Amino acid sequence: MTTVNLGIPSVRPQHASPSSHLRGTRGFPAAAREELGDETLRGNLRHATSTIQSKRASVVREVRDWQKLRNAGSALKWQVTDHLPELLEQLEESVTAAGGVVHWARDAEEAGEIVTRLALERGAEEVLKVKSMATQEIGLNETLAHAGIRAIESDLAELIVQLADDTPSHILVPAIHRNRAEIREIFLEAMPDLDPSITDEPAELAEAARRFLREKFLDMPGSVAISGANFAVADTGTLVVVESEGNGRMCLTLPRTLISVVGIEKIVPSFQDLEVFLQLLPRSSTGERMNPYTTLFTGVHEGDGPEEFHLVLLDNGRSAVLEDPEGRSALHCIRCSACLNVCPVYQRSGGHAYGSTYPGPIGAILSPQMTGMSGTDDPNSTLPYASSLCGACYDVCPVKIDIPSVLVHLREKDVDRRRETRGDFHGTWDVALQGASKLMSSPRAYDLAVRSAGPLSSVLGGTNIGKLPGILPLIPGWTDHRDLPKPGTSFRSWWDAREKERASAPEPAQAPTEDEEQA
Amino acid sequence: MNEWTQERPVRTPGLSAKEEILARVRSALATPRRDEITEAQDVPRDYQRADDKQEQRTAPEKMRDVLVQRLEDYTAIVHRTTAAEAPAIIAAALGEARGVVVPSQLPEDWTSAVDAELLVDDGSASPHRLDALDAVLTGCHTAIAITGTIVLRGDGRSGRRAISLVPDHHVIVVEAEQVVLGVPKGIERMAEDPTAAWTMISGPSATSDIELSRVEGVHGPRRLEVVLIEPEPEPDPAPEAATDPASASTKESTA
Amino acid sequence: MRISLMTTCLVDVMAPDVARATVTLLERLGHEVVFDKRQTCCGQMHTNSGYYTEAAPIVRSFVDTFSSQLDTVDAIVMPSGSCTGCVRDQHELVARHEGDTSLEERSREVAAKTYELSELLVDVLKVTDVGAYFPHSVTYHPTCHSMRFLKVGPRPVKLLRAVEGIEVRNLPESDSCCGFGGTFSVKNDATSDAMVTDKAENVVRSGAEFVVAGDASCLMNIGGKLRRTGAAPQSVHLAQILASTREDPFVPSETILGRTS
Repeated sequence: MTTVNLGIPSVRPQHASPSSHLRGTRGFPAAAREELGDETLRGNLRHATSTIQSKRASVVREVRDWQKLRNAGSALKWQVTDHLPELLEQLEESVTAAGGVVHWARDAEEAGEIVTRLALERGAEEVLKVKSMATQEIGLNETLAHAGIRAIESDLAELIVQLADDTPSHILVPAIHRNRAEIREIFLEAMPDLDPSITDEPAELAEAARRFLREKFLDMPGSVAISGANFAVADTGTLVVVESEGNGRMCLTLPRTLISVVGIEKIVPSFQDLEVFLQLLPRSSTGERMNPYTTLFTGVHEGDGPEEFHLVLLDNGRSAVLEDPEGRSALHCIRCSACLNVCPVYQRSGGHAYGSTYPGPIGAILSPQMTGMSGTDDPNSTLPYASSLCGACYDVCPVKIDIPSVLVHLREKDVDRRRETRGDFHGTWDVALQGASKLMSSPRAYDLAVRSAGPLSSVLGGTNIGKLPGILPLIPGWTDHRDLPKPGTSFRSWWDAREKERASAPEPAQAPTEDEEQA
Repeated sequence: MNEWTQERPVRTPGLSAKEEILARVRSALATPRRDEITEAQDVPRDYQRADDKQEQRTAPEKMRDVLVQRLEDYTAIVHRTTAAEAPAIIAAALGEARGVVVPSQLPEDWTSAVDAELLVDDGSASPHRLDALDAVLTGCHTAIAITGTIVLRGDGRSGRRAISLVPDHHVIVVEAEQVVLGVPKGIERMAEDPTAAWTMISGPSATSDIELSRVEGVHGPRRLEVVLIEPEPEPDPAPEAATDPASASTKESTA
Repeated sequence: MRISLMTTCLVDVMAPDVARATVTLLERLGHEVVFDKRQTCCGQMHTNSGYYTEAAPIVRSFVDTFSSQLDTVDAIVMPSGSCTGCVRDQHELVARHEGDTSLEERSREVAAKTYELSELLVDVLKVTDVGAYFPHSVTYHPTCHSMRFLKVGPRPVKLLRAVEGIEVRNLPESDSCCGFGGTFSVKNDATSDAMVTDKAENVVRSGAEFVVAGDASCLMNIGGKLRRTGAAPQSVHLAQILASTREDPFVPSETILGRTS
C-alpha cells in the first residue's frame, strides 16, 4: 500500500464495538420505571448511597486545599487529553523499557482476542480477575468463556454479581443493589462447601469469600491474572491499582503472567502527579482518607511478582468521545463514583436502568458518546435526558467534569441529529417545542395567548388541575403524579389594569379586580 | 434488529492497531476546544505540596501523633516505643506466632528477642509456604501521617510483595525519620525510585462491598500491627534543667 | 432604582401572584418597577431540552426586549433562579450554536444586568430586612439552580430570617432536587415522581405550614405533589412572603402559588 503519513485524515475516530456492555435494550424512562417499582432495591440504594455520601463529605471536609486539588486534577486531565498521542507513546516506551509488553486494541473484539491469545498460549484454563471497568465494558469474561477459559472475579462485590449471574450496578460497589440477606442466599447457592448455619453478618460473608478464593490465589491455576488500572504514569511506565480487599495485590503479585487492560485515557503525565490523584480518588470514592491498598508497579520486577507483564491499551469508543470538544471531558473520569452516590436519579433508579457498565451521571455522558446516539429508538439516546440537571454531580466530581453542561450539550446533539434527519423531527416533543418556539418569539401572539390562558382554562372545574385523561399529549406525565395550578388572570392583565387605573386616578392604584383580562 | 446494534467500528487496512489508534486520537483532537491547550506548566500547583510550610514545620512528634491516630482509626494496633525497647515490643507484637517470615535485610536487633522460627526470605518460598506461616515482620520506606499510610518498597527491608501479603498477621516497624505529614511528601520520597515495586498500606485489608458496611480482613493480612520507634523522650526539663537537650534527643537516633 | 421585571413565562401565566408580589415588594422599598409587554420567555425549556435552534428566536426576542432597556433601567430582575441561570449561562451558548456573534455579545450585556430576586435585594439594593410580616412557620427549599449554579447561598434565608413573625424550620435533605428539571418531570415522570414524593414527605416532616423557594417551577412541582397527596403544607414563593405586611398580609388561596387579595 502506498499509505503516506498524510493518509491520517482519512482515519476517523470510531465508536465502541456493538458487543460492548455499553447499551441496554430499552430506554432509561422505561427501565427506570421498572426498577423504581422494586421496594427492596430502593431501600438498599437509599441506605448505601446515603452512607457513603456522608462518609465522603466528612473526609473531604478535612482537606483544606480540596478545591485546589480539584483544580490541579482537572488541569492534569486536560493536559493528558490535549497531549494524548505523545503521552501514549511515552507510556509505551517506559513500559517496554521496564520489561513489559504493550498491545494496542482498537475495540472490544481486538482486546478480547489479545487477552484470549495470551491466556491460551500459557495454557490457562482459569484466570483470576481484579475488578476492572474496562474488562467489564468489553465483555472480556464472555469472550474468554467462548475460548474455554473461566474468568473468576476476585473482588467481593464482583464475585457476588458473578455468582448471582447478575450485572454490576455501581462503579465502586457493583453489588450495591443487593442486601446482606440476598448475598447470603447467593453464597449458599454457589458455594457448595459453605456451612448453612452462616448468618448474614457482613463479616461472616466476607470470611466465606476469603475461604472460597484463598486456594485460587495461592495456586493461581494457569498462573494468569487480569487487571485494569486506575492510573498509568507516562514518564515512568508505572501502573497504579487502588483497592481495599487485597485481592488486587494477590492478582498483581502471585501469578506468573499479569495482563492489564487499560483505557487510553487513564494516563497521568508524571509520577509526581500521583500526589494529586491519590488524594482525590480515595476520599471521593470510598470516603476514606486512603484506601487500604495501593499497588504501584512498573513493568516486571525481578524476583518480585509476575515474570511477564502485558499492557493492553484500549480505544473502544474513546477516540469518538475525544472528537467532541464539548463532550471530551467525560474521559477525565477517574471512576470514583461520587457522582452516582449524590445523584437523585441514580439513588432512585439504580445502576441497571442505565443499561451500561458506566451508570449514573458520568455514565449518562460517557456511554452515549462511546457508542454514539444513532436514532430515536437507540436506548443510549435517552441517557442525556436521565437527569434533572440538579448539578450535584459537578459539585462532587474530583476532576471537575461539568456533567450538567455536557448532558445539555448531548441533548442538543441528539435534537440536531433528529432535525437534520429527514422525517425524524416529528415527535411529540419536536412538534410541541417548535410550536412553542414560534409563539414565544412573537411578542404579539404570545401576549394574546397569555391573556387568554385564564379564560380558556376556566372550562375546567376546581382551582387546580387534577388527574387528566390523555387529552394533551405532554400533560399526563405531570398530572398523573401532581396537581397543576389552573391559570387565572395573567400577570400582564393585572399590570395593564393597574396602569389604567393609575392613569385615571391621581393616587397609586389599588389591586384590580379579577375580571380585567381583555387585551 | 435495530440499526444501532449493527454499527461496527471501522479498521483501516494497512495500519497497525497502534498507528490506527494514534491516528484516530489525532484526528479527534484536531477539533480544537474553546480553551487554550493545557501544558504541564499550566497545572495550578497551589495545593499543599511537599515543600509546603505545614509539611516542613510541623514538629515530628506531632506528625507521629497524627500517624498513630489515623492508623488506629483503621483499627491497626500501634505500639510506640524507643529503639532500646523495640526488640521486646516487636517480640510481643508477634505474640504466639511460631513461624515468621522476614525480609533479607531487616536490622538484626529487631528480631533479637523474637522466639518464633524465622524464615529469612530468599525469594523461594511459595505462596502456600507463606500461607502456612503465622506472621510477617517488615520494615518500611515511608509513613504518611495524614492518611495513616505505610509505604513498602520491594527491597531488603520491606521484602518482596508476596511476603507481606499472604501471612495473616503483618507487623511493620516504622522509624521516626520515615514519617512525613502529607501525601505529596510521601510521593516525593517514592519518586526517588519510581520504578520500584511499591505497596501503600492504610490499615488492614477491608471491604465495604456488603451494604457499605466496613469489614476488616478479606484477602490481605487481617491483623496489622505497627511498631513505631521514636526518639527517647526528652527528660522533663523542670527538675533537671541542667541536662543538655541536644545530647538527649540524639542519643538513640543512630540505633 | 428603576428595575425591569422579567416575570418568566411560567409566573405570568401560572403563578401571577409571584410577579405581583415582586412588584409590591420593590415598590414598597421605594423603587420603580417597569414591565415590558414584549417579554415572553427566557428559552430555558428549549435550551435544557436540547432545542437550541428553536430556543434561538426566543433568546433573540428576550435579548431584543431587554437590551433596548439597558440604558434606562438599573437592573433586570427575575423571580426565578433557573431562568436567571439560563440568561446568565445559556443564552450565549444558544447564540454560539447559531453562529450569531452579535447575539452572543448582546446576550452577555443583558446577562450582566440580570439578577435573581434574592441577589437583587441583598447584593444590589443592599437590604435584608424588607419590613415584611409573615406570622407562619416555613421551611426553605434551596432550588438546585439557585444553590449550585447561581450560588445565591444564604441570601434567601437571611431575607427570611429578617421577616417579622416568621419561624424558619429545617428541611430534611434540603439540598436534594425536587425532581422538576423542566421536561424531565414529564419525560422521566416515574423518576421525577419518586423525587418529588420524597421532597414532599420531607416538607411534611419539617412541620412547617409553608415550603418556600425562589423558583415557581419547583414550587409548582412540590406544591402539586402536596395537593395531590392531601398534605397540609402549601408552597409559597420568597417574593410572596417578602411582600406580605401587617397591613396587607398574605392570604393563602386554594390555587397552588396563588393568593386571595
